[in-house]
Amino acid sequence: MGWTDYRFDADQLSLRRDETKQATLPAATAAIITDNMTLIDLANPTRFLTLTARLLPWLAALTAILLLAGLYQSAVAPDDYQQGATVKIMFIHVPNAWLSMFVWGVMSLAALGTLVWRHPLADVAAKAAAPIGAAFTFLALVTGSLWGRPMWGTYWEWDARLTSVLILFLMYLGLIALWRAVEDPARAARAAAILTLVGAINLPIIKFSVDWWNTLHQPASVIRLGGPTLDRAFLIPLLVMAAAFSLLFATLHLAAMRNEILRRRVRALQMIQARQRPA
Amino acid sequence: MTALAALIQRDIKIALRVGGGALIGVLFFLTVVVLMPFAVGPDLALLTRLGPAILWLGALLASLLTLDRLFMADHEDGSLDLIVMSRTPLELACAAKALAHWLAAGLPLIIAAPVLGLLLNLDAASTSAVALTLLAGTPALTFTGMIGAALSVTLHRGGLLLAVLVLPLSIPVLIFGVAASQAAISGPLSFGTPFSILCALSLVSFVIGPIAAAASLRHGLD
Repeated sequence: MGWTDYRFDADQLSLRRDETKQATLPAATAAIITDNMTLIDLANPTRFLTLTARLLPWLAALTAILLLAGLYQSAVAPDDYQQGATVKIMFIHVPNAWLSMFVWGVMSLAALGTLVWRHPLADVAAKAAAPIGAAFTFLALVTGSLWGRPMWGTYWEWDARLTSVLILFLMYLGLIALWRAVEDPARAARAAAILTLVGAINLPIIKFSVDWWNTLHQPASVIRLGGPTLDRAFLIPLLVMAAAFSLLFATLHLAAMRNEILRRRVRALQMIQARQRPA
Repeated sequence: MTALAALIQRDIKIALRVGGGALIGVLFFLTVVVLMPFAVGPDLALLTRLGPAILWLGALLASLLTLDRLFMADHEDGSLDLIVMSRTPLELACAAKALAHWLAAGLPLIIAAPVLGLLLNLDAASTSAVALTLLAGTPALTFTGMIGAALSVTLHRGGLLLAVLVLPLSIPVLIFGVAASQAAISGPLSFGTPFSILCALSLVSFVIGPIAAAASLRHGLD
């Protein structure tokens, strides 16, 4: 089943549900909906909810399969001649570290969506991504520190990459604090979007910190000019794990976005109810 | 241009006169530096070694303390709305306000630093190195801090939220500021490398700070 099939099903569903209310959908609108499903069409939260409800089980299953395959491959991967079995921490550590930066990238795109295109779901996406990104960053820091203990002889070293990832973690926490400090989601969304875009400056600093400064952390060995230097025996499990973690993020993110939409609906209903109740 | 000059003049006057509170930052700076020997012990050799770091930390906290007045007072008396609606580009107005704030609150810290250096047993060369790095680095603190000040004024939340938002952004400035001072005093590294990066951070913040602050004022005030 491809993307188009889902789109078709989702449209059928939403049309069927809305039949009673808007039996006469203008022909032009209907043509737009069926012709090209763009990001703007997803702006309708109801359509987004129906689409993700169908998509999520498949995504979750795919994530589980890839995660199991990746874990199995990591388990049977050979030990490194220098690092021994501890090299296997890499299969968890590196995908987490990649995702920690990728999630901020996703939030930056969502921030542009909020500020430039005023997409109604952009701030939902940004808000839902922040705690997930913070969790990935935290896991990258913890696994890195556990890997550093046997390899470098210390849990923590104030080197450029570790420090910049720690700053990224602090910025995730600051962003979550900002979301939680303001009651009105629309107002918080615009403030958070600006902070996200300012914080995006940290991403290239993290990526290139190991090249610019001569540090303890090893230089890039997978995403670099001239191809990866990593051996195939390590590279393939690593890429499978990276794909699995990316899908894990997609699954968690869509689920968190659904929750956020539902939470906002509950809040709106509560506000209406509170207003209607006699004083 | 005259509008911006008038804005700078007005902000400096307000900050320096009664009720402005820009010089409280210097008092706070003094108090933080005096607290340090009580915390680490009156060991002069140790204080000499920690001196640049203590001065930088004190200056960072003192400039953070005065930041939430940057837009708050104007927001309270309504003049911020006039600035936002005026024909002068909001980015330039923000830059002018930050410059005025730095002249009123940041420059006194740099002038006070050599005096406080005496308390920390720093010699003349080290003191001038620290003052020079503060001169190059504190504009970056003010201009990046302005983003946090603009966000917190639109959210009607000051205080701790401002600190949480601004402090991570100021870490690079602190790193290279202290690195440059240490390099000038003892370090094997040359003074020029961290000092140029510090200047670069300030220059970058001159561009990003006003744009981001203006964006958040425009989107936030309604």
